[in-house]
Amino acid sequence: MSATQPPGNSGHIRRLEPVLEPGHTYASVTDKIAAVVLTRPLGIGWLAGFTLTFTITMVLFISIAWLIIKGVGIWGINIPIGWGFAIVNFVWWIGIGHAGTLISAILFLLNQKWRTSINRFAEAMTLFAVACAGIFPLIHTGRPWMAYYMFPYPSTMGIWPQFRSPLIWDVFAVSTYGTVSLLFWFVGLLPDLATLRDRAKQRYQQVIYGMLSMGWRNSARHWHRYQSAYLLLAGLATPLVLSVHTVVSFDFAVAIVPGWHTTIFPPYFVAGAIYSGFAMVLTLAIPLRKFYGLEDFITMRHLDNMAKVMLATGLIVAYGYFVEFFMAFYSGNKFDVFLAEQRLHGPYSHFYYALILCNILTPQLLWIEKVRRNVAALFLMSLVINTGMWLERFVIVVISLTRDFVPSAWGRYSPTFWDYSTFIGTLGFFVMLVFLFVRGLPAIAIAEMRELVEHGSHSNKEHK
Amino acid sequence: MSDMNDPANDKKLRILQGAPTPETAHGVGHHDHDEEEGDLTEREHRLDLADLREKLKEKSGKQYWRTLEELADDPHFEDLLHREFPRQASEWDEAVDRRDFLKLMGASLALAGMAGCGRPDVTKIVPYVKQPDGMTLGRPNFYATAMPFGADAVGVLVESHEGRPTKIEGNPDHPSSLGATSTLVQASILNLYDPDRSQTVQQYGEIRSWSAFLDAAQALATSSKATQGANFRILSGNITSPTLVAQIRKLLTQYPQAKWHQWEPAAGDGAREGAKLAFGRYVNTVYNVGKANVIVSLDADFLAGGPGHLAYARQFARRRKLDGPDSTMNRLYVVEPTPSVTGSSADHRLPMRASQVELFARALAAKLGIGSGVSISGEAAKWVEAIAKELQKDRGASLVIAGEYQPAAVHALAHAINASLGNVGNTLYYTEPGDGEGASVESLRELCAEMDAGKVDALLILGGNPVYDAPHDFDFMSKLKKVQTTIRLGSYFDETSAWCQWHVAESHYLESWGDARAFDGTASIVQPLIAPLYYTHSAHEVIAAFSDKPGTPAYDSVRTYWTEASTRLPESADTGWRKWLNDGVIEGTKAVPTTVELKLNAASLPAPAAAQGDQIEFIFRPDPNVYDGRFANNGWLQELPKPVSKLTWDNAALVSAKYAEQQQYAYKVKSRGGEHGQVRSPVVDVELNGSKVTAAVWTVPGQDNNTVVLPLGYGRSRAGYTGTNKGFNAYVVRTSNALWTATGGKVTGTGDSYSLASTQYHFNMEGRQILATATLDEYRKKPGFAHELGELPEKSNSLYKEFAYPGYAWGMAIDLTKCNGCNACVVACVAENNIPVVGKDQVMRGREMHWIRVDRYYTNTKSSTADNATGDPSEYQPALDNPQTFFQPVPCQQCENAPCEQVCPVGATVHSAEGLNDMVYNRCIGTRYCSNNCPYKVRRFNFLRFQDWDTPQLKLLRNPEVTVRSRGVMEKCTYCVQRINNVRIDAEKEERPIRDGEIVTACEAACPSEAIVFGNANDPNSKVAKLKAQQRNYTLLGELNARPRTTYLAAVRNPNPELEKA
Amino acid sequence: MTEHHSYLHGVMGEFDTPEQLVAAAKKAREAGYKHVEAYTPFPIEGLAEEIGFHWTAVPLITLFGGVSGALTGFGLQYWCSAITYPLNIGGRPLNSWPAFIPVTFELTVLFSAIFAVVGMIALNKLPQPHHPVFNVERFAHASTDKFFLVIEARDPKFQLAESARFLQELNAKHVSEVKDEE
Repeated sequence: MSATQPPGNSGHIRRLEPVLEPGHTYASVTDKIAAVVLTRPLGIGWLAGFTLTFTITMVLFISIAWLIIKGVGIWGINIPIGWGFAIVNFVWWIGIGHAGTLISAILFLLNQKWRTSINRFAEAMTLFAVACAGIFPLIHTGRPWMAYYMFPYPSTMGIWPQFRSPLIWDVFAVSTYGTVSLLFWFVGLLPDLATLRDRAKQRYQQVIYGMLSMGWRNSARHWHRYQSAYLLLAGLATPLVLSVHTVVSFDFAVAIVPGWHTTIFPPYFVAGAIYSGFAMVLTLAIPLRKFYGLEDFITMRHLDNMAKVMLATGLIVAYGYFVEFFMAFYSGNKFDVFLAEQRLHGPYSHFYYALILCNILTPQLLWIEKVRRNVAALFLMSLVINTGMWLERFVIVVISLTRDFVPSAWGRYSPTFWDYSTFIGTLGFFVMLVFLFVRGLPAIAIAEMRELVEHGSHSNKEHK
Repeated sequence: MSDMNDPANDKKLRILQGAPTPETAHGVGHHDHDEEEGDLTEREHRLDLADLREKLKEKSGKQYWRTLEELADDPHFEDLLHREFPRQASEWDEAVDRRDFLKLMGASLALAGMAGCGRPDVTKIVPYVKQPDGMTLGRPNFYATAMPFGADAVGVLVESHEGRPTKIEGNPDHPSSLGATSTLVQASILNLYDPDRSQTVQQYGEIRSWSAFLDAAQALATSSKATQGANFRILSGNITSPTLVAQIRKLLTQYPQAKWHQWEPAAGDGAREGAKLAFGRYVNTVYNVGKANVIVSLDADFLAGGPGHLAYARQFARRRKLDGPDSTMNRLYVVEPTPSVTGSSADHRLPMRASQVELFARALAAKLGIGSGVSISGEAAKWVEAIAKELQKDRGASLVIAGEYQPAAVHALAHAINASLGNVGNTLYYTEPGDGEGASVESLRELCAEMDAGKVDALLILGGNPVYDAPHDFDFMSKLKKVQTTIRLGSYFDETSAWCQWHVAESHYLESWGDARAFDGTASIVQPLIAPLYYTHSAHEVIAAFSDKPGTPAYDSVRTYWTEASTRLPESADTGWRKWLNDGVIEGTKAVPTTVELKLNAASLPAPAAAQGDQIEFIFRPDPNVYDGRFANNGWLQELPKPVSKLTWDNAALVSAKYAEQQQYAYKVKSRGGEHGQVRSPVVDVELNGSKVTAAVWTVPGQDNNTVVLPLGYGRSRAGYTGTNKGFNAYVVRTSNALWTATGGKVTGTGDSYSLASTQYHFNMEGRQILATATLDEYRKKPGFAHELGELPEKSNSLYKEFAYPGYAWGMAIDLTKCNGCNACVVACVAENNIPVVGKDQVMRGREMHWIRVDRYYTNTKSSTADNATGDPSEYQPALDNPQTFFQPVPCQQCENAPCEQVCPVGATVHSAEGLNDMVYNRCIGTRYCSNNCPYKVRRFNFLRFQDWDTPQLKLLRNPEVTVRSRGVMEKCTYCVQRINNVRIDAEKEERPIRDGEIVTACEAACPSEAIVFGNANDPNSKVAKLKAQQRNYTLLGELNARPRTTYLAAVRNPNPELEKA
Repeated sequence: MTEHHSYLHGVMGEFDTPEQLVAAAKKAREAGYKHVEAYTPFPIEGLAEEIGFHWTAVPLITLFGGVSGALTGFGLQYWCSAITYPLNIGGRPLNSWPAFIPVTFELTVLFSAIFAVVGMIALNKLPQPHHPVFNVERFAHASTDKFFLVIEARDPKFQLAESARFLQELNAKHVSEVKDEE
């Protein structure tokens, strides 16, 4: 099936540097990756990192508790700016998730072998990002305990959700996205869980991984159905991932607020999502490969490719910015024109310029191969882009609301302590989950790596 | 008004049956009265703990409790319990065995309980056991009464739910209401339930019983008898209650040497002195604004302040009713130092320092051949020319009104001009002044002098708050300390009470009997809607306390007075009384016009002392919301954006835009709330008359450049939870010789800044179709001018087939030509819909909850997009020296294609079959998406728990027909859906369609100028449909195709072409 | 040991490379074995076919899931908005089908995905914690680096000694019988 390498591509692969450093055997890749989970002792670094992020996670929980006690009034939102940090963070986190699914699904369909060593934790990242994102739509409501009204259940009032509202689309899109990503991830994990089961020394490990792997025994028939299912999932996840941020962008595009009501939003949001997603993958991959010595598996080839993807999506985003302005002036809609001018020299213009700097100017450095090959530079770049994408969401959500139709109702927005603590809290939560993940599950898909070894040996043979 | 009548009458029919029958009340009154007498006879007998213990000794069980009740009936025992340290406190040292102790505790507890739920022994309005006639549970009854205010009284119909007054409406039959109400009248009901009101009699801050006070009063009375009251003084504000005046007069006859002084900090002497100057005696002036084609206001805010302003506003608006291009309008010229409501709706407005107005008046008079000319130059000269011409043209149909705060000379000149134009008898007439001279600073000066000289041993202060608001050169407090016995009747234990020996808690007008005269002399009976909530008493009872009939209930005094007075009336009290109560006016009391002949020799007037050059002139004005400070503790008014400045919760030193620029005052819009919330403004020291006050500065476009306005009524130190320490106290720099206009002061920046809460900082419309305006000529040339800035797309453009509204289609039309921005609608809405007060901090965060807001725009100013003008006063532009001001009330627009509904995920806001944009509170989860998507930003969100769920008094206030919203839900205007449904129920019971004008929304009912009209847009004959049919009718931001049911009729002004081109 | 009697599942041969395994599987089929199963640390192309497994129902199940998801999605929305509780929402038609597309799509994907995964797991008869092959010590390598071929006892042609020899001829190392308790 398509998971194995069609001979056609092999030549092309070889001309570039390998996606897996040579000299590895089935056993060696298995050992190296499984060891991180099974045998490697808890490093002081891991403990410190986990403790820190755990603490920050507690900050998140405290912030949420206080929010529920007092109400959303503890945030900086007001009339007219009904949405603030909460929605900005929601869109940002959801966007970050996208890279994971994209790598595992789309690159899979496109037979991009290099995805193999990064897809596993990219998918994990997706799940964690969605988890962080999912918090916000819930807690940003005035009465979170009533949020279940948004689900279609037969209520005593006989009333149902209002399906014309993009927020309902969100509910379905995000929950579907979360579920499918989880399934996809789990299916991918299944053989590796079996591997861990078979290699585990401690009883508890054997039990846990044994249960998780459900008795998977690598039979050819299992593999056959497995691959069929995996391929289908990839095929489903691909349109899904594109739809999710499209739907998120509808939250704005469907509204009539100047600066929101734009048809460019869906593609431009999706591109932005992938853009920030890859940035986040880099932010995670670079330290990971360093601290766990996985440079052999996550090679410069991977970093280089991801850099290129960022460059490409970054340009799409830039196009989006341009079109927003163009449409404003081309349409001559006085509200849009006014908003465009507000962005350039309104009270929040500095955010806009910062965003241009982060998302459009800086990434142009990626044209230079030297930069793409410089791990430190890439790491910094990924941070810059993540910041930029957050700013973009801030500009879209908040600035558009500050000055809409009726001048008498114009207002401004400034976040409060609780806005910040909640946002930072989710950052901590996210990283904490990553810490748990790298110690609990194979951060790289072992079975697929073995395929790579297999394919490598093939190509060597062909070579001789 | 015709449409107002039927429903009003319906209500009043119910009143006849439902009203608390005076007879029963009378009976009870007598009963109590005897009781009091009883007390007086056995006054010597005093309880102390000893006999108390005796009384309780052998008692136990039933017996014991019965004894307790006997004790409870004895006011002296109550007195004993109230006292913090009983005189016999020492006796506690004696061994008291446990049993006795417990019994005593039991007694005090039991009585504490009684004190809690007990009512003071005044005429009771007994909660009914069996349902009285005309009272249907769940249906409000309306009772007519009147709110005494200053030299006027506004007749009102008070909505009562099962005995709880909840809402005040205007009384269509009352001359100074005509059905309208002002912000102060609307908000006065909150004072009734104000938990900070003082609740008992106090002596030196200790709680005393009423009987104890009666004792003290009588003691004082007897001692004063000897000196004929030589050392006895009464200080009050303006009193329009005939009964009270009679009572005081009677008292003064008993104590010939005693004196009655009156002081009103916010009422000018100009009118009275002016009349004296012009006619040699004091006469009242009553205007027929409606009859005037040309009105010249010399610094007179007659639409929003002073006696009769509601009636004037209505008459004025009716002369600006446009049915089509061929309708005519009156024309209003205003000369004033600072923009007032009246000035803002003028056709021509000339900013002029207050002291110059007299010059202007002289010049105008001279032009009309009165007195000798004075040199006046520049714009003013042109004005005099043009106005004089107009006045001449409209002899007999013109009107010159002098401002309340202008000196006598201006008033005299106004009288002269009106006389020479033959307006007297047409557009105005004179009446004999009602009761008393009225308040004056001289009266207070005299009192202070006497107090200082130690001539006053006993001072009775009825209401007012002289310690706070007397001119500071009087130093009233120190004088007060020289008086032996000081007795204060006040509804709050405030600055004055704090320095008085006795404090008697004053009853609110909604909980006590009384009477009051309107500006035109018409008297009304003030009937209580509810028994006093606390141990409070009215001025009638306090005065009676010093008479030979102490303890006379207010009801008796009033009833007695009118029984005597009714001999001069068409109906005797016995037959007329219930009709008077029902109608809210006493027939035949309207003052008849009196004839006066002008004695003024304009030439002989002393030369006006006008401030020269650019010397800064300070003027004092009552605050539009808290007035002279008496409403400082009223949250509704504190949170109400002031009509022109849109400030809330503070007063500020108002300066002109140019002055602000000269002084380089820098305003900083903070990002917390921003333009729609918090503005950081510079702080200045105002040094004037030898004292200093520190105030925040606020720029008011259209103000005279050399004028600084110091609004009165703020900086209270003992106002209560809400009102204490808000804003700055302008009385500190106010002296008796410069009550309204002062010079010689200076303003120095302190470098500090202060956060002011303003609900609208940005005043420019940014070239959007928001508030369409034109002159009458333009309107006649192009009746459809309102549609130029973008209009409703064709319905055929829509892909959707639209919903049909076959039955009623509720709609509203707001006539911007009539709206004068007085804010009455806002407070009416707050009162009707249980809208919470959120406080300054939340307002600064842009979270105020008003369902209807009144936007203020300046039309001839530069927009933000145009060469970077900010569109707010923080950047000077010449247009701000005298911009055209327009007001626009914005409730929910009730869009047919509501953008808010489409985005609500849970269907918490949906459309009704009659086109209402319904809000389902208990379905709302608070995503705030609807508010984001509302182009008009009329939705309000409960960001925190804004409603006060704990204060019991406020629970009584709530309108039971409107949900009290909880935290986390969105809310907004519903077109008063509860009123719609009430009427619908009636109509369906009578199997008839709802009549036009039968449903009156709260805002519509309150509006003095009838600018708001609600009704069934489907019925072509309905008022609202007719208005919507006009070409002036346009949709706010129509191009969005939201298709609002609320539409606006463009504002048309009627400027004088001559001045236009000039 | 005495009463404790066990039954035979089959014989297992271990190979070092996928190629050997595939070749062996081919041979086994040619030798007429019907019930052969192969175990490999990663999927090997064509192996399933070699052991006579050609078709899987997973795609069909997924399709079914997708269709039912789509119907549920639109059906639900239409029923809620137009039939059971019709409301005038901002003047939009009761059946605002364009607005119903996103949810329909999401449910389609959701249902397909769930059906695909659950289908796959069910068809593989998982979870199944115990299986005879696990009793073979070296079988743990099946999840690491070794490739196994099992000729099952239920195969009509199966005879322990012969089948074992057959595997050895295919130069499988560690030919071992797969036993299991009743």
